[in-house]
Amino acid sequence: MTWDFIQLGIGRWLHIMAGVMWIGLLYYFNFVQVDAMKAAAADSPPTGAGITRHVAPRALFFFRWAAVVTVLAGMMMLGDRLDDALLFRDKAYVPIGIGAWLGLIMFFNVWVLIWPNQKKILGIVAATDEEKNRARRVAFLASRTNTMMSLPMLFFMSSSYLFHSRAMFG
Amino acid sequence: MKNPLDTLWGTVISGLVLTVVLYYLARAMMGA
Repeated sequence: MTWDFIQLGIGRWLHIMAGVMWIGLLYYFNFVQVDAMKAAAADSPPTGAGITRHVAPRALFFFRWAAVVTVLAGMMMLGDRLDDALLFRDKAYVPIGIGAWLGLIMFFNVWVLIWPNQKKILGIVAATDEEKNRARRVAFLASRTNTMMSLPMLFFMSSSYLFHSRAMFG
Repeated sequence: MKNPLDTLWGTVISGLVLTVVLYYLARAMMGA
């Protein structure tokens, strides 16, 4: 088994599997859960407690750790060209460099903005009602920002390889 | 002005606009 097989073959496989889980759960939160929780809160009596207690913590667990695996596998694939991509030193690495930066900003949002605020919202750490309301807004906007950035991120990830890159960027 | 990220469609449209902007930026950086 060569290092190429592990770095590019296994690395790409892991990157795509973890990426599907990360972005899939991001889309679940944004396309399904946000509106479902609003509808559940409007029920009489409110019916969202089960989602908050049983679904959201599990979804967030796989969401944030899938983000870690996705980023690590992506870095492993770029290997010693990681700096060329992130610093845009090689023209051929510009598309994947932009995709990687978008992914890294999204990763920052997950671990620095979404997860710490979700811990307050879900009652995993103590917070006043005012802190919870602020945490809701910050986590919501960070999650929506990631959904917005996922569109160009996936575009650059999927158009950065060989003939896909030639077709898109000449 | 309302934040476009407050609605799902605003978020998706913002993502599409950002994709187009970054696409032309990438082409310019590559000298294409």
